[in-house]
Amino acid sequence: MSLIEITEVKKRFGDNEVLKGINIDVEPGEVIAIIGKSGSGKSTLLRCINGLETIDEGSISVAGAQLLPDDLHLKALRLKVGMIFQGFNLFPHLTAGKNVMLSQMVVKKTPKAEAEVMAKKMLDRVGLGHKFDAYPDQLSGGQQQRVAIARALAMQPIALLCDEITSALDPELVNEVLAVVKELASEGMTLLMVTHEMRFARDVCSRVVFMHQGRVHEIGPPGEVFANPQTPELKQFLGMQ
Amino acid sequence: MSEFTLWDILRNLLLATRWTIVLSLVSFVGGSLVGALLLLLRIGYNKAGRVFARGYIELFQGTPLLMQLFLAFFGLGLFGIDVPAWLAAGLALILWTAAFLAEIWRGCVEAIAKGQWEASSSLGMGYIQQMRYVILPQALKIAVPPTVGFSVQVVKGTALTSIIGFVELSKAGTVVTNATFEPFTVYGLVALIYFCLCWPLSKSSQILERKLNVAHRNH
Repeated sequence: MSLIEITEVKKRFGDNEVLKGINIDVEPGEVIAIIGKSGSGKSTLLRCINGLETIDEGSISVAGAQLLPDDLHLKALRLKVGMIFQGFNLFPHLTAGKNVMLSQMVVKKTPKAEAEVMAKKMLDRVGLGHKFDAYPDQLSGGQQQRVAIARALAMQPIALLCDEITSALDPELVNEVLAVVKELASEGMTLLMVTHEMRFARDVCSRVVFMHQGRVHEIGPPGEVFANPQTPELKQFLGMQ
Repeated sequence: MSEFTLWDILRNLLLATRWTIVLSLVSFVGGSLVGALLLLLRIGYNKAGRVFARGYIELFQGTPLLMQLFLAFFGLGLFGIDVPAWLAAGLALILWTAAFLAEIWRGCVEAIAKGQWEASSSLGMGYIQQMRYVILPQALKIAVPPTVGFSVQVVKGTALTSIIGFVELSKAGTVVTNATFEPFTVYGLVALIYFCLCWPLSKSSQILERKLNVAHRNH
């Protein structure tokens, strides 16, 4: 059984149908890059998997549990699937350490001492153990994004959704974040990432999904998708025409 | 006719100032509590609560404070309830302050970036947890300067209660003028005392704004 099963998912904003029937099955440990032009629905798809948007038709299930739009089901889902955003979204009034501790304590009711140990461990994992007491505005963009990754990891999710996590970063900071993601991938974490980093998608991902106008236009291993695109849209997107 | 020294005038005004201060404090503290309740209704999940809070705020913001004082003082009297001036004054000012503070604070809550809601949602937090640990701590910080700034309006608002007969600074000014026939001196002093009450408040609002902005610089 697949870890994440996305079946015939449709999503409309008013008259605008953003997702027109998406089918993707993700196996445990897979790293999937979702590429496509802006407006193709890739971010919306990711937000649907985390319940930040409700779907109009179809179904999404994670580890066998259906995504239903009530608080109890949503919370259960979100404990399994972490999400990292383009704009980092760290809590600015808390230190890096407290950012990582907060949800463990209030959602999982982990005792403070335990949450602190976990936070230290996760910050170490992203190479920021020494920034435990720094506030977000004392960190660079790349460091903030790594704290955001640590914060999501501390909830021990079985999959991570990454929504253009390097798009807001200065070029020289992109690599430090991608290095962390790469390491997670090598440790077997299931990852779904919307990205514009084509080289990263080629090197690290097990499959690439090309979305176009609300549909999965092409899907396959990066070798095939990048070297031998089947449709004119993908060729154009990759700049091969 | 007896002579009044400047000290006589000032002493009587200062004695009445105590009531202006007490009324301001009561209005502000009471208004904050009622305002906090209104805020929770206004931004909460319950539709009836939202409609009620919105109607309340629009009603109190859309009518003059003076009318509210008249209604509290004379209106309840129509039903045979004898309302002393201090009670009508306190009640009307509390309700009036609450409406404005609720609206100021709603602005502060809504000023918190959408990403904060999304990030905390994605970590599994529920609405109350998000409010308690993520949104309100940040909103409170930006709410301090406008709240302190609004307290100036409350202090000045208390002057209106002189019309329903509550003896605070303005009413005392009228009484003293009637006895001394020195309106310019008396009202000059009254204005000066109001200024001494209000200026430190506006100034501290400005200072707080600058200070909290620095702490907030990158967001």
